[in-house]
Amino acid sequence: MSGLPIIGLNGVEFTWPGRASFALSVPEFSVEQGETVLLLGASGSGKSTLLSLICGTILPNRGRVSVDGADLAGLSWRDRDRLRAEQIGVIFQQFNLLPFGSVSDNIILPLRFAPKRRARCPDPHTKAVELCTQLGLPDGITKCTAGKLSVGQQQRVAVARALIGQPPILIADEPTSSLDETAQAHFLDLMFDQVAVQGSTLLLVSHDPRLGARFDRVVRMSDIASVGARAT
Amino acid sequence: MILRLAARSLIARALTVGMTVLAIALSVALFLGVEKVRSGAKTSFANTISGTDLIVGARSGSVQLLLYSVFRIGNATNNVTWESYLEFASLPQIDWIVPISLGDSHRQFRVMGTSTAFFEHYKYRQDRSLALEAGVVMDDLFDAVIGYDVAKTLNYSVGDPIVVAHGIASFREHDEQPFRVSGIIAKTGTPVDRTVIVSMEAIEAIHVDWRGGSKIPGQTTFIETIRQMDLTPSAVTAALVGVSSPLQTFAVQRAINEYPEEPLLAILPGVALQELWGIVGVAEKALLAVSVMVVVTAMIGMMATLFSSLNERRREMAILRAMGASPLTILGLLVLEAMLTAAAGAVLGLGLVYAGLFIAQPAIDGAYGLFLPIDPPALRELFVMLAVIAAGAIVSLIPALRAYRLSLADGMTVRT
Repeated sequence: MSGLPIIGLNGVEFTWPGRASFALSVPEFSVEQGETVLLLGASGSGKSTLLSLICGTILPNRGRVSVDGADLAGLSWRDRDRLRAEQIGVIFQQFNLLPFGSVSDNIILPLRFAPKRRARCPDPHTKAVELCTQLGLPDGITKCTAGKLSVGQQQRVAVARALIGQPPILIADEPTSSLDETAQAHFLDLMFDQVAVQGSTLLLVSHDPRLGARFDRVVRMSDIASVGARAT
Repeated sequence: MILRLAARSLIARALTVGMTVLAIALSVALFLGVEKVRSGAKTSFANTISGTDLIVGARSGSVQLLLYSVFRIGNATNNVTWESYLEFASLPQIDWIVPISLGDSHRQFRVMGTSTAFFEHYKYRQDRSLALEAGVVMDDLFDAVIGYDVAKTLNYSVGDPIVVAHGIASFREHDEQPFRVSGIIAKTGTPVDRTVIVSMEAIEAIHVDWRGGSKIPGQTTFIETIRQMDLTPSAVTAALVGVSSPLQTFAVQRAINEYPEEPLLAILPGVALQELWGIVGVAEKALLAVSVMVVVTAMIGMMATLFSSLNERRREMAILRAMGASPLTILGLLVLEAMLTAAAGAVLGLGLVYAGLFIAQPAIDGAYGLFLPIDPPALRELFVMLAVIAAGAIVSLIPALRAYRLSLADGMTVRT
């Protein structure tokens, strides 16, 4: 850990358009470079909204969200999309691959939007094969259609996609929710191994407190954010 | 890669996309088919006669004269007397003249009386002359030269006997004076293919025992007697005229149109053809408008399909956004998919047109005398295909803009 915040939220308030009943407020939250953080929260506590804010796919109504020192609201849409592609690898809860694309297409997809990440990966297809092997996926899987893989295989491909090009930040939205306990443990082992190798920052969202032991820090959503109706 | 993803996304939704492609293909096939028939008909008509400066007939409409004398469509309301014919035929500016006598038929084919000069002066498709595939030009009074389609349809060969019926679609036949097929004309793609050609004298010969359109009861003149008779025609239906200098054409036309002894009409074939296109232009435009509307309907269908697929694809868009795709990339992806769909439809539509042409060309030619050439796609057809692809892109903008807005609003979380 460097002690420098790579993700920072300050006085953030957000309401989904047309949903005044849901207002997320995050007075202060930050993640240091190289830190692994588990963000715990129940359903509806605003975890996914918080991740969308950090990724810059939505903007807060008030406050500041910064990634790697850049205020996301101050960037154009194009620059924000570029920053996300370059800096952040994302793993979704489920259905997180393009089912019609090949495994290889899915893994190298982020490089299409991130020239710097692409530059760190001179031969994307070979790298995709390498990542698949490291994640324990069978040989030749890169040519398979993603939709035909098992749930466990899909999750590993999602990790490979998040890791390719060594993004400094990894964000995972309940990646283990659809896995059994053994598969969960194996999946986390693989992810943490890769994070350690790449020196990435990991922010993982879950409702399962048992995962906490593996992380540098465990943060509860209720401690950093509040959800309520928007004040009129 | 985005192109590959778009293509794979389309393949993944093969059934709905396939139906959309089929709808577009059928609409494009209809549009291009109408265009092919339209341009084929124009070319076919324009190719039917060339090198003829004037067509002369009894005074009626110029289009009517053109249709019955050249295309064997409709009938003459009156004939031109042989005396008048001889008189204007003797005009010094006239280089050549071919008489035409119409009115009888053989089975479903028209019989045309003419002189051997017809074989010398009738030209089609720029400057092509008639050529015989078999036999010779009329040698005997009761010789007939038949067109390619007549021979093919009725399975005739040189030497076969044929009997001419009186009038068109008549049950009364000139069976006492049968003809013999002396020659078969090679395929021309013109109404000549569906014509039985006999001499002017033969037309007189088979009407020796007829007065006022009816056979004289109890009168049958033997063929040998007929052969001894003076068979100078009493009238002609029309005449094809070539003038010695193009500069003289209008002077000859005026002289014939102002002929004092008999109301005559001389027309320029090209001008009459233009008049004909002017008349059918309204129907042509209506047909074109209908086929354009069919293409528009198919496009709206594609737009509806895109709209209905948006909800199920929001997660796909959220994934792309999370990977760094901008909302504009999402918009572009949908537009690209629509363009690929429209392009597949356009190409398939073109293929259907050509398949249809290969299958239906002989039938259309046989039934309507319309020879539709199977040429490579013309610039206009390629333009139509490009326009369909562009239209696909334009109509997809509406659902694509909605996808753009949804991807902005959803972020990485799909909320339905």
